[in-house]
Amino acid sequence: MPLQLRVPGWYRAALFIALGIAVAYALSTGLRAAFGVDPVLSGESVLQIALLITPLFFLVGIGCFDQWFRWFAGKTVVNDHADHGAKSWKDYFKVNTDHKVIGIQYICVSFFFMFVGGLMAMLIRAELAQPGRQFMDAQTYNGVFSVHASVLIFLFVIPVFAGIANYVLPLMIGAPDMAFPRLNALSFWMLPTAGVMMMLSFLAPGGAFASGWTAYAPLSVNAPIGQTFFTIAVQFAGASSIATALNFLVTIITMRAPGMTFFRMPLLVWANFSTSLLVVIATPFIAASQFMVLLDRALGFNFFDWNQNGDVLMYQHIFWFYSHPAVYIMMLPGFGIVSEILATKARKPIFGYRMMAFSLLAIVVLGFTVWAHHMFVSGMADWIRIPMMITTSIIAIPTGIKIFSWVATLWRGVLHLDTPMLWALGFLTMFTLGGISGVMLAMVPLDIHVSDTYFIVAHIHYVLFGGSLFTIFAGIYYWFPKMTGRMIDERLGKLHFWLTLVAFNVTFAPMHLIGVQGMPRRVSDYAQEFATWNLIESIASFVLGLSTLIFLYNIISSWRSGPLAGANPWRALTLEWQVSSPPPIFNFDAVPTVVGGPYEYGVPGAIHGIFAGADTHAGPEPAAVPAGADAPPRHSATEEE
Amino acid sequence: MDEETRRGPVSGRTWAKLAGIMLVSSVVGVAIGLALDWFPVQGATVAHKIDTFWDVLLIVSIPIFCAVSTVIGFSIFRWRMRPGEEKLDGPPIHGDTRLEVVWTAIPSVVIAALCAYAVVLLLDIQQSPAKGTRVVDVTGQQFAWTFKVDAGGKPVNANRLVLPIGEAVEFRVHSKDVLHDFWVPAFRLKVDAVPGITTHYSVTPNRLGRFDVVCAELCGLGHAYMRQYVNVVSKARYAQWLATAGGGAVATTPAGGAQAAAPAADGKQIFVAGKPATGAIACGACHTLKAAGTTSATGPNLDAALKTDPVAAIREATVNPGKEIAKGYGANIMPPNYGQTLSPAELDAVTAYIKKSVSG
Repeated sequence: MPLQLRVPGWYRAALFIALGIAVAYALSTGLRAAFGVDPVLSGESVLQIALLITPLFFLVGIGCFDQWFRWFAGKTVVNDHADHGAKSWKDYFKVNTDHKVIGIQYICVSFFFMFVGGLMAMLIRAELAQPGRQFMDAQTYNGVFSVHASVLIFLFVIPVFAGIANYVLPLMIGAPDMAFPRLNALSFWMLPTAGVMMMLSFLAPGGAFASGWTAYAPLSVNAPIGQTFFTIAVQFAGASSIATALNFLVTIITMRAPGMTFFRMPLLVWANFSTSLLVVIATPFIAASQFMVLLDRALGFNFFDWNQNGDVLMYQHIFWFYSHPAVYIMMLPGFGIVSEILATKARKPIFGYRMMAFSLLAIVVLGFTVWAHHMFVSGMADWIRIPMMITTSIIAIPTGIKIFSWVATLWRGVLHLDTPMLWALGFLTMFTLGGISGVMLAMVPLDIHVSDTYFIVAHIHYVLFGGSLFTIFAGIYYWFPKMTGRMIDERLGKLHFWLTLVAFNVTFAPMHLIGVQGMPRRVSDYAQEFATWNLIESIASFVLGLSTLIFLYNIISSWRSGPLAGANPWRALTLEWQVSSPPPIFNFDAVPTVVGGPYEYGVPGAIHGIFAGADTHAGPEPAAVPAGADAPPRHSATEEE
Repeated sequence: MDEETRRGPVSGRTWAKLAGIMLVSSVVGVAIGLALDWFPVQGATVAHKIDTFWDVLLIVSIPIFCAVSTVIGFSIFRWRMRPGEEKLDGPPIHGDTRLEVVWTAIPSVVIAALCAYAVVLLLDIQQSPAKGTRVVDVTGQQFAWTFKVDAGGKPVNANRLVLPIGEAVEFRVHSKDVLHDFWVPAFRLKVDAVPGITTHYSVTPNRLGRFDVVCAELCGLGHAYMRQYVNVVSKARYAQWLATAGGGAVATTPAGGAQAAAPAADGKQIFVAGKPATGAIACGACHTLKAAGTTSATGPNLDAALKTDPVAAIREATVNPGKEIAKGYGANIMPPNYGQTLSPAELDAVTAYIKKSVSG
């Protein structure tokens, strides 16, 4: 099959993976022989180089770079859009430049990793069901909770938001695609690479990486080779998110439809604009921290070796300078989703639109000033704790504005209590709890006692599960008709919601209590006094796990045979609902002109965008207009009633 | 209630009812929150201050949650879509500047007040100890704590922490390998043990008894087992302990010969359960030994690894685990302190038990 090995695809990818491993082998042995290192053949050395370069070979093999290579070579590239849009399910397994295909690819791959990560959560809860050892030794247990967190953070929450936004954001701003479709495809294909690498670490000698998703030095520096799988996987996941964020920023800034001013953008677009700013500024820091660990491990750079004047605390500062903003990277897109759903499902404009947008930007700025609140007991100078406590608490103010504005949006609305709305309302209450425990944690005197306990585990799950995951489910249920052209089964959707809401609270609420009582986190064994609550949590967590199977079944069966949705089943005003479901290959047959705000529900005769077609424009109108060159507003976008 | 008023503005009476629901749910919520037994026992003078602070946080935050939930619940109850309203839209309310000012200002005031309270409390907690305060050097290493007290110019090393009641003590915390965290839940305070730097905090124990010492920072395979106790004793007993310990004998283990005649140590008991009083971790927590019924694979399988070893070699491997590392296992994983945490008699018992078990 020489042709199959030459065209982009899985055959060529497999060949290139083999090639990558061979090159790593040759590089390692060649260099070691040249410098006279004994022994010449070192498994660890080959493995580390292979982990770094094989993914690049895979990306070339699968076809992410073909167009660019031709372009570098000076060949005339006729773009026939052969790799744009999906004609059959097989096209979802190929490199594709259509943002809608990439969006679905992102969402499906992320959900695959959600099920993997969720399964690991159930293993953890099974081990913790009773004190003492059930079926995992300490190494396996530490590995499972580390991979659980890493997979769900880097391979689920962050990319699934990128996937949802990939699908709906260009549609919402009236663009035919993202600004850089090939970069978009490359961003996606880096993800499964990172995910597979994290999973493969279980096969490494010495077991999976077991120093937590935080990978604190010096534990991570001295850990077995499995740690390298994390260190390098994070580079690929990080590069993927940086490239996507740049893509979103350029798309939002340059590709808005005529009339789509910044203050006419749906809040989901604002949310992803803010998130992308965070990603572009912060993500390089985690890349740096992990490269430093890698260099320490592989080449003895001694960044974090205290015996060689390295600095152990520095790791934590660099790590959290990314990983605190990362919390907002995992939350702001969800804020956007919830804003869309609440306005549409309450049939009312978003309350205080401008403050909603400004509060996002406020969180972006403040998000960079609070990282050391993760380090109140780390041994850094005592005085830093006070300013960090104050900035952290201040974030509660823009967050509070958002919560109160969402609640005010419900006031006197016509509430359609269907599945997406239930998830959005569930988010509002659960995230309020997560926010409150966040303010408690900001308070240094309390944090000294509860940091590194189950109170933290409870807080992070109220924020990332009750917060992020609830908005993700809300978003999937909300845009499912747009993505597939079919309606979801409402009864199953509601069952999924109620089962999850109850099981989630029974699983995680008691963790607040046992945390304050003194149960440390990240332990495979615990004192007898915590046994009852742990058993209850474990049982509830299995119900929680089972509830996701309802979701899976609902998605698959509705996708195959749900009733047809039509273009706009929710009677929403934003642009993505004004085109067919699923949308045409280049989104809009005619470029829309935006003439009003996105949430003018209840305003008589209000229109967000008009599709006058080509006849209203003399000559081809470019899809992209510079910001500011917009039509005069038909409706005042101010917050007066 | 007819359709007009249900969709119309909310009357003053309904507002009063809503406020009533918020108040009642807040009172009930706060009552439940305060009734729960949140904290471990209070073992130090700062503990009740932190517990009170927690109560204040509960009193402030539960009403916020109750208020938000009440409005959401009321909106669902009153304004959910009824049959016939499928095409209806809500009133186009875009915002209300006064309301937005209010809900920016109130949280700001609450946050400012809480921060002020926290700062005052924090400054109290981290007050520098008075000159001459007793210093205990705490050293973390995988996976055990060791302690050093100064007894009149003479350092006393101990494997168990003993403190006199009612006297301030400053912990200076060190680490020999990776990050650990020295936490005594009863004292409410913790700090990381960081290799290369010395961290510290001070407490004044005010309750007699035995309290957990927990490692709160992930430090590797034995993290879950890195637990010890602190004994808070009367000043007289403390002086006595210091004299004995200062006399050169190992701190907490009754010294050698005299005690060896006492009840014979049970080797299997030590293997399976360790000796929590001195911080000796159970062998079975990490090692597989068929006869003891332990199955962990953190360390080598003893049935295989020690099959042919004589008792003396088993004892050497227990007391000095770094000397010879089994293939495939990392160094510095097994606690190096069995020579201190177990008495010679106990060591004899446990090694004899292992020898007997592996040779079948």
